[in-house]
Amino acid sequence: MKRRNFIKRTTLGSLSTLIGAEIVFADTMPKGYLPLAFQDPDPFKMFNKNKEMEVLNDKPWNIEAKAHLLDDKITPNSSMFIRNNGLIPEQIDANTWTLTIDGESVDTPKSYTLEELKTKFNQHTYQLTLECGGNGRSEFDPPAKGNQWTVGAVSCASWTGVRLRDILEDVGVNNDAVYIGYHAADVHLSRDPQKEPISRGAPMAKAMQDETLIAFQMNGKDIPLAHGYPLRLVAGGWPASVSGKWVNRISVRNIVHDGTKMTGTAYRVPCNPVAPGEKVKDEDMCIIESMPVKSLITYPRSGATIKEGKALDIRGHAWAGELEVSKMEYSIDFGASWNDCPIEKPYNRLAWQHFATKIDFPKKGYYEVWAKATDSRGISQPMLLPGWNPKGYLNNACHRIAIKVV
Amino acid sequence: MEDQTKFKLQVKAIYRMLLGIFGIFAIAAFTILVLLSNPQLLVKSKPGVQALNEGYSSVPAEDDYDKIENGIHVRTGLVDAEGLMTVVNNCTNCHSAKLVTQNKMNEERWISTIRWMQETQNLWDLGPNEEIIVNYLVTNYPPTKKGRRENLKDIEWYTLN
Repeated sequence: MKRRNFIKRTTLGSLSTLIGAEIVFADTMPKGYLPLAFQDPDPFKMFNKNKEMEVLNDKPWNIEAKAHLLDDKITPNSSMFIRNNGLIPEQIDANTWTLTIDGESVDTPKSYTLEELKTKFNQHTYQLTLECGGNGRSEFDPPAKGNQWTVGAVSCASWTGVRLRDILEDVGVNNDAVYIGYHAADVHLSRDPQKEPISRGAPMAKAMQDETLIAFQMNGKDIPLAHGYPLRLVAGGWPASVSGKWVNRISVRNIVHDGTKMTGTAYRVPCNPVAPGEKVKDEDMCIIESMPVKSLITYPRSGATIKEGKALDIRGHAWAGELEVSKMEYSIDFGASWNDCPIEKPYNRLAWQHFATKIDFPKKGYYEVWAKATDSRGISQPMLLPGWNPKGYLNNACHRIAIKVV
Repeated sequence: MEDQTKFKLQVKAIYRMLLGIFGIFAIAAFTILVLLSNPQLLVKSKPGVQALNEGYSSVPAEDDYDKIENGIHVRTGLVDAEGLMTVVNNCTNCHSAKLVTQNKMNEERWISTIRWMQETQNLWDLGPNEEIIVNYLVTNYPPTKKGRRENLKDIEWYTLN
């Protein structure tokens, strides 16, 4: 036996040991090919993400942006956070993909192919803010279990699709409808086919909004695989988990949807405020709906050193769930005094709004720029952590960047 | 004379007894020292765990598959400490070790997390390994006090022109 062949065989032999199964076509396997089970997945390449994105979890994939990566007005795929609850579906055929509408409040379930959805209904495009309910979780004390998001689990991309309302009207929905719940093609971590990784939804009022889409495009192209190709429910302003990815079925329920991560403590906060660390019974936890007012300084990146006497340009985005941001302020003295900062109107309802201004610093030293948005009902972001909750949701404390004037 | 013999016998009896007691103490002390310096001996004496550990050793040790660098298990990012491989083998099958390393919890909450995974995520009964796993987690990933807001940290300073 030639030495090279010997090495090849023994290497493949030990690979088989590792996999715990024989590699059947080991002989014909292309040279230089590493079986999929061993490929070191480069998430940045695989998902076309900026290298500066932070991988919080690789099974399931959970990747967040940094504030300065979110500087674009419309978030490109490269900076969009990934929050997966299960495994990305492995075999997707858009040609055979269907969306089925069923549930207690539908008399005759109906299915649509992608082509039917695209041709039968009017298409609409909206910029929609999607923020993970757990964005900012890492700051809570006592700490909350789960992915320790900092600030980057938020995006505002341009989504194109058809209105869920138009589809529901085409199917016909009974008067007793309360909630819609989505079902999708992703796979439970345990690979148990009986389990859904996540199946959430929204009350009928949210489902029927103009901006609630069954989307097939993100930023003018097919939705990237990690973000729900070929079909995604998009419900801006609510926890991004409402915007189900890889959606193939929507059930119109005559009860509050009771799918995975709708019940217990998932995506819920105490109905009444509690002390940090307090135990809360499941029945005292309420479903999160609209996300709270929040903002992000996306320029400059934290840690900028500037020359004394030079003004600093800052900019960023602010959003307020179902509401609009009506006022934007910044502070360079740790919240002792606040300055107004111009903020643009949203491109459409539920899109984040852009702010920009110039800051003069009075003297040399260490500064923090704090950003504070106020929503149309006069509610502002807190400077400290908002109310503690067992799962660490809804941290909308003001964003801070560090600046040194030298 | 009789009294003297009797006395000698009594002294010998006490001497033997003291020697015996001293011997027992010496053995006990030695055992405690060994166990303190290597607590694994105690754990491994449980038959169930022994069997599991033997099962794990079949994972090929070639190619530094379980390489430790700077106190970190390279493949998973977990801290190299007592119980590491039990955690690797029970806690990284379904989810990434990153879900462990980024969390900080006390004993009660680590246990309740395990229960939640058993009730909803198909995690198996951990048996005698549960104690090893929980001890590892509580020792190496305990909660830290953060207060209501922390200082900005890990600032990378750069010049902005």
